[in-house]
Amino acid sequence: MEHLIPNSLLLANAAYLVAAVLFILALRGLSSQETARRGNLYGIVGMAIAILATFSRPTYGIHFSPYLFGAIAVAVVVGATMALRVGMTAMPEMVALLHSFVGLAAVLVGFSLQLRHGEGSLAEHIEVYVDVIIGAITTTGSVLAFLKLRGSVSGKPLLLPARHFLNLAMLIGIVVLGILYAREHKDMTLELGTAIAAVLGVHLVAAIGGADMPVVVSMLNSYSGWTAAAAGFMLDNDLLIVTGALVGSSGAILSYIMCRAMNRSIWNVIFGGFGAAPAPSAKKSEAKPAGEVQEIDAATLASTLKNSKNVVIVPGYGMAVSRAQHAVRELTEVLRNAGVNVRFAIHPVAGRLPGHMNVLLAEANVPYDIVLEMDEINHDFPQTDVAIVIGANDIVNPAAEDDPTSPIAGMPVLQVWKSKLVVVNKRSRAAGYAGIDNPLFYKPVTKMLFGDAKAAIENVVAALKA
Amino acid sequence: MKLGIVQETRPDERRVAASPNVVGRWVKAGWQVVVERDAGARASYPDAQYEAAGATIVDKFEAWHADVVLKVRPPGEDEVLHLREGGTLISFLYPAQNDALLQQLAMRKVTVLAMDQVPRISRAQKMDALSSMANISGYRAVIEAANRFGSFFTGQFTAAGKVPPAKVLIIGAGVAGLAALGAAKGLGAIVRAFDVRAAAEEQIKSLGGEFLTVTIKESGEGQGGYAKEMSKEFLDAEYALFRAQAKEVDIVITTALIPGKPAPKLWLKDMVELMKPGSVVVDLAAEQGGNCEYTKPGEAVVEKGVTIIGFTDLPSRMASVASDLYGMNLWHFLEEMGGAQGYKIDHENDAVRPALVLEGGEKKWPAPPMAKKDAPAAAAKPAEAPKPVATAPAAPTKPAVASPKSSHGPAPRAPSPASGIALSLLGLVLAAVWVGLRYGQSDVAASPGTINLLQHLTVFVLAIFVGMQVVWNVTPALHTPLMSVTNAISGIIVVGGLLSGIGKLDTPVIVAVAATLFATINIAGGFIVTRRMLAMFRK
Repeated sequence: MEHLIPNSLLLANAAYLVAAVLFILALRGLSSQETARRGNLYGIVGMAIAILATFSRPTYGIHFSPYLFGAIAVAVVVGATMALRVGMTAMPEMVALLHSFVGLAAVLVGFSLQLRHGEGSLAEHIEVYVDVIIGAITTTGSVLAFLKLRGSVSGKPLLLPARHFLNLAMLIGIVVLGILYAREHKDMTLELGTAIAAVLGVHLVAAIGGADMPVVVSMLNSYSGWTAAAAGFMLDNDLLIVTGALVGSSGAILSYIMCRAMNRSIWNVIFGGFGAAPAPSAKKSEAKPAGEVQEIDAATLASTLKNSKNVVIVPGYGMAVSRAQHAVRELTEVLRNAGVNVRFAIHPVAGRLPGHMNVLLAEANVPYDIVLEMDEINHDFPQTDVAIVIGANDIVNPAAEDDPTSPIAGMPVLQVWKSKLVVVNKRSRAAGYAGIDNPLFYKPVTKMLFGDAKAAIENVVAALKA
Repeated sequence: MKLGIVQETRPDERRVAASPNVVGRWVKAGWQVVVERDAGARASYPDAQYEAAGATIVDKFEAWHADVVLKVRPPGEDEVLHLREGGTLISFLYPAQNDALLQQLAMRKVTVLAMDQVPRISRAQKMDALSSMANISGYRAVIEAANRFGSFFTGQFTAAGKVPPAKVLIIGAGVAGLAALGAAKGLGAIVRAFDVRAAAEEQIKSLGGEFLTVTIKESGEGQGGYAKEMSKEFLDAEYALFRAQAKEVDIVITTALIPGKPAPKLWLKDMVELMKPGSVVVDLAAEQGGNCEYTKPGEAVVEKGVTIIGFTDLPSRMASVASDLYGMNLWHFLEEMGGAQGYKIDHENDAVRPALVLEGGEKKWPAPPMAKKDAPAAAAKPAEAPKPVATAPAAPTKPAVASPKSSHGPAPRAPSPASGIALSLLGLVLAAVWVGLRYGQSDVAASPGTINLLQHLTVFVLAIFVGMQVVWNVTPALHTPLMSVTNAISGIIVVGGLLSGIGKLDTPVIVAVAATLFATINIAGGFIVTRRMLAMFRK
């Protein structure tokens, strides 16, 4: 069975090796600010090499379909336009949508292969099946995540009564169909399996609450890697395997890091939905935190800020929604020029994506050495004169520490209530994304600044300049 | 990595390199920490607190044998011998004044980082131990002065009559001067401060002090935030001002230092004689010879009724807070070097490189100038140390910022340990594949398909490990760009689409073309989004 390997194939495989190394360097580069841009460049070069090398593989007489080139050209234009036009606040949705494309592509590749060779070895069929199933889960899951992040679908977790049973039933269905497919390899079984997987994808993401969305996006990222790896097994292509595994494992690690930051088990996030441990009824019977909400106006806040030494700003998703980051930057500048020490406290899960706040503040030109992580700044709150919470809720909720029945109990939070004054900017009196009331608002040190974040901060800046 | 905190041996030194609070941070961050028995005893940190923070209490030998030894004072001759050959020491060192010590250390082939050489750039502020200690000295100077001063600082109207407030003059409004200003103001005194640098005026006023200066126009701004030496006319005007002040003020605190030179004599004998009996002079420059002509380093003397305090151990007199702050400086310094997981000496890090004095016994100090002018200047030209200057250009490292577009090939840079890990894992992959091929030829039982699968599995598993290794240390600020770049890379599925799109346009090929389309949108979109995000990160 020994036959000669054409030189072009050897060359293509060597190029694949180079591409794989470049991808590793790309991920490595992205782990620090100094090397990040170079890392992205490595990724682009690696991808270009991979595509060119694929075209240079020997095709034994038959040619690559010319429509492929057309598809690439169209896709580059479409992708570039989407990426260039998306606003910084819509970045999470964009990333989720792109994940669904990878899943869809994997499903299509699987079907293409199935349609081409109906017959094949057992191993091949298993590989096709695995690829298509993971691909389908990724696709529908990502689409739903996209819709949730965009606000088209409510962020509240959908908790069907027997959802664990449903998941299990669907999983068994997928496995049974998989065995049938591997034995008889009919199109029908594959299609049916795909359909169930698609429903499973939707159901998994539907059960996850808005506050866990960053983890979900990262998990889906990981899934999209595993599909690529499965496709690699299917097509006997090591580059796909390596790259898929890289993306899959790095995505999984990233999810794990985030879960650890929230003090939650990753299984809880994947299967649990929010508030799985305490029964939902417990929440309702709980008494509302007592006390009145006190309000503060922009002028009073401005004069208080002028006389403060240490100010900490805690941004949350509300800042992103009203695009208030530039106003916040201006506030920071005015205060810093007046000799006030202004710093930012970023909770690991602030916003809808990990690092979301850092990206927004960077966009507004806030110097990153005054932007601190939770661990760096949490012990500084007792020395803080004013803590300004802008559009954040769950990440500053003292119930996480005091109230063991709270659904977010045990999650580390920013201890803003230890400062001398807490000003919370909020659009309305509604509960946070996780749907939990926040006792912070009723604390004696807390004053509320109701209104849209951007308008409210601009008012404060105007009052400061006056 | 193991950190060793050793006991200070100088009799007048009560500090220790880190408090239990800092040790707790290290332990949490993944360092192993050993503390020499009773190291913190004189700073009121008993061994039990270190143990509670997660450290192990060990004997002298073991503490000095840690991977990185942390200390406050420069090591003494006998201590150098405790150091493990090839080990690392981080402490104050003052390399310009300690040539003999440097040679001893070099013979032990150790790596030494000097906390006093951390550059005074804004990014390195949190590791600037000199400032932390100066801050304490300034505060303590006021406390020592109050201790010897026979009256209140704050003015009082009592039933028995009125007491005027004390008048304090501070010479040199650096970190120590400003801390003294704040402390004296806090006690209620009237505070005036003199400085030759124009920039000091704003800082002095911001703390409620009165700014004194002389009318001759000459900038005293030296490099790195220090003052430079002034001309004769300027000095004369300055002396005239001081003589006028000497008659009025009760407390004088002098902090004037010029890098690499003995402290300038500013408070002359006749000025002391002009002062009221019972007044106090605190000379914070005593270690460098003193600003006052009567100063005796390490002692408090009384001349003509005026107490002149020349203590050189002021931070050590507040050992517990000094140890805590010094420890935090060390913590930030080690974090800057990569922390528990990524610890390394990065020659291109402009906050770390200037502090590197010896590397494996090889002299690396003074550091060659980096990039622009925010480079270290504190020790750039030690006037009385021609030797080190002569050997300085030995190690011209490449400027850190100058080459942002170093090509894609890995050739020009020295391989970092991380890419070393990645490459050796890759080597393992190749070896595994090779072994698989060998077995494929000799063993008849396994089918080629199975062997193929086995090889793929090997590659798969190893790639998973590489992915984990690579991502583990990412900073939270970069989570989003990282996710979007991995997303772009997962568009590699396009290769699958291409490989299935061979032949004439039948249904499978149409499906494959569609797959290619979606995958490519993802690639283009993902990379561009990442680029846009990264373009926004700047200092």
